[in-house]
Amino acid sequence: MFDRDLWREIFQSINMNRTRSVLSGFTVAFAILLFTILFGIANGLNNTFAEAFADDANNSIFIQSGTTTKANKGYQAGRQIQFKNKDYDYIKEEYGDDVQFITSRIYLNVNASFRNEKNSYSVRAVHPDHQFLENTKIKEGRYINQLDLDNKSKVVVIGRLVEEDLFLKTTALGKYLSLNGLQYKIVGIFTDDGGDNEERLIYMPVSTAQRVYGNNDYVDQINLTYNPNMNYNKAIAFSNTLTKDLKDRFDVASSDQRAIRVRNLANESKTVNQMTFGLGVIIIVIGFGTLIAGIVGVSNIMIFIVKERTKEIGIRKALGASPKSIISIILMESVLITAIAGYVGLLIGMGVLEFVGPSLEKYFIKDPSVSITLVIGATITLIIAGGIAGYLPAKKASKIKPIVALRDD
Amino acid sequence: MLNIKKLHKSYPIGDSSLHVLKGIDLSVDSGEMVAIMGSSGSGKSTLLNIIGMLDEADEGEYILDGVPIKNLTEKKAAIYRNKFLGFIFQSFNLINYKNALDNVALPLYYQGMKRQERQELALFHLGKVGLEPWAHHLPNELSGGQKQRVAIARALAANPKLLLADEPTGALDTKTSYEIMEFIQQLNDEGKTILIVTHEEDIAQMCKRIVRLKDGLIMEDEKVEQVRASQYV
Repeated sequence: MFDRDLWREIFQSINMNRTRSVLSGFTVAFAILLFTILFGIANGLNNTFAEAFADDANNSIFIQSGTTTKANKGYQAGRQIQFKNKDYDYIKEEYGDDVQFITSRIYLNVNASFRNEKNSYSVRAVHPDHQFLENTKIKEGRYINQLDLDNKSKVVVIGRLVEEDLFLKTTALGKYLSLNGLQYKIVGIFTDDGGDNEERLIYMPVSTAQRVYGNNDYVDQINLTYNPNMNYNKAIAFSNTLTKDLKDRFDVASSDQRAIRVRNLANESKTVNQMTFGLGVIIIVIGFGTLIAGIVGVSNIMIFIVKERTKEIGIRKALGASPKSIISIILMESVLITAIAGYVGLLIGMGVLEFVGPSLEKYFIKDPSVSITLVIGATITLIIAGGIAGYLPAKKASKIKPIVALRDD
Repeated sequence: MLNIKKLHKSYPIGDSSLHVLKGIDLSVDSGEMVAIMGSSGSGKSTLLNIIGMLDEADEGEYILDGVPIKNLTEKKAAIYRNKFLGFIFQSFNLINYKNALDNVALPLYYQGMKRQERQELALFHLGKVGLEPWAHHLPNELSGGQKQRVAIARALAANPKLLLADEPTGALDTKTSYEIMEFIQQLNDEGKTILIVTHEEDIAQMCKRIVRLKDGLIMEDEKVEQVRASQYV
């Protein structure tokens, strides 16, 4: 295989038959180019999907309350349902292992100021688990913890943009932030992939908010994630049971859609996952399709090349070439051309993705790229296919009687 | 050198078969220069191809330089062709993308000779046919006579025991034909055994023995007074 003379023969043949070499290389390069681009685009679509649902944990369930629309058990319609701390405790105790993380949420709007900088922000008063439900990433300091809750500490965790807005270029960690005139210590700064709005939030302990802004035990919303080991159907059954239990607990008619609303992301993530799965199937079909087209192309070229070289093969055989040397010269040439062309196709494809990629974001294609391993795998598949496709005609050619080959004009 | 007994060969044509050689007996000694003549269809090219191991006989015995040529594997046939035989074809059969030197060096490549060595040897043989200045030209840059001389140099390069020429002057004009024949005669003078298939009487007369074929049988086998090609050149 590493016979220098053989390689010299091959390079001479490639070099002196440039049109043939370039044409056969073109097919392969084009197949790999298409493969790379199509795969890249499909991956880009996938990235868009993945990102759209990256903000929240996708096993989340949101529980909100409202007013009843139906009279039930002696109560009139139009009654306001209010969740309290004991409802949070009830869910936490009643469902035990079915619940992974759980938090209450109270929404507040505050005017925040630090020295001369002022702005109004939304505050979410939460339990420590909220961090995992929201995929909040701590940049500096820490998140709300249980101790804060127990002590009803006046501490806040602020978003990256709040820090930017109010503290300009200085660090906010450890400083005191004034919210509607009360001083809160900043114990952490966070970032969030959910966009700018998510980073203009302020978190504080739910117990602090209850004491300071109403002196009650009300909560606006309860969010939880179910045990991730549950499959979709179990998760949906779980949220149905939860809904029913809560309606019973608050004497709400089971057909009342407004009083207690339970939104389960499992419903949505099932759709998304089906979509992603569908995309995956499309990707595989496209990939195989391009590869098969490439293989057919390479096979055709190999058959053509052997046909074209029949006379040369006859001459070589008359001069004492063994069948093995005939096969190897034809195969090595095709493998070499396929490998080089595949590499060129790969480079062009990656280049196109790199160059055009950013402008495709508005078409829901984000970071279109392919793994190098995948494309090299595809190229190797083409080389092997080309080798097999070339081997059969080359083998046949090596067997034709030289006289037949020489007569072939 | 060469011994053939009761050689038969047929080619299938559709359902029937064409019996081309119907029992040829021929023996050629070392240093002979034999013309095989006959009209087209007489089987002369078939005979040469069988002698050249480019084709196989159906029946009969063929011994070349003491080696029986029968049921050869492809590999063995390749080695024998390379070692024993040099071919000169009517249509030259040079590889068109290789220059004259590389064409001549090709049989040496298949002998496993080192590049440096075979290039030198090829150049020497090109020199012998007077084409040293053309060593790096491609076949399509050469005239017909030059191409045939490259082909002769190639046939000689491997130093074969037997030189087989199939209508070597068939594609050349008279003057060039005689030049080529003069050269082939020189090779014979140096001791090479040469077999030439031709249908031209004047070319045949330049050999030392003429075998005439008709309908797959040898009609006549006579020694002749060799006409030297040099007198026409």
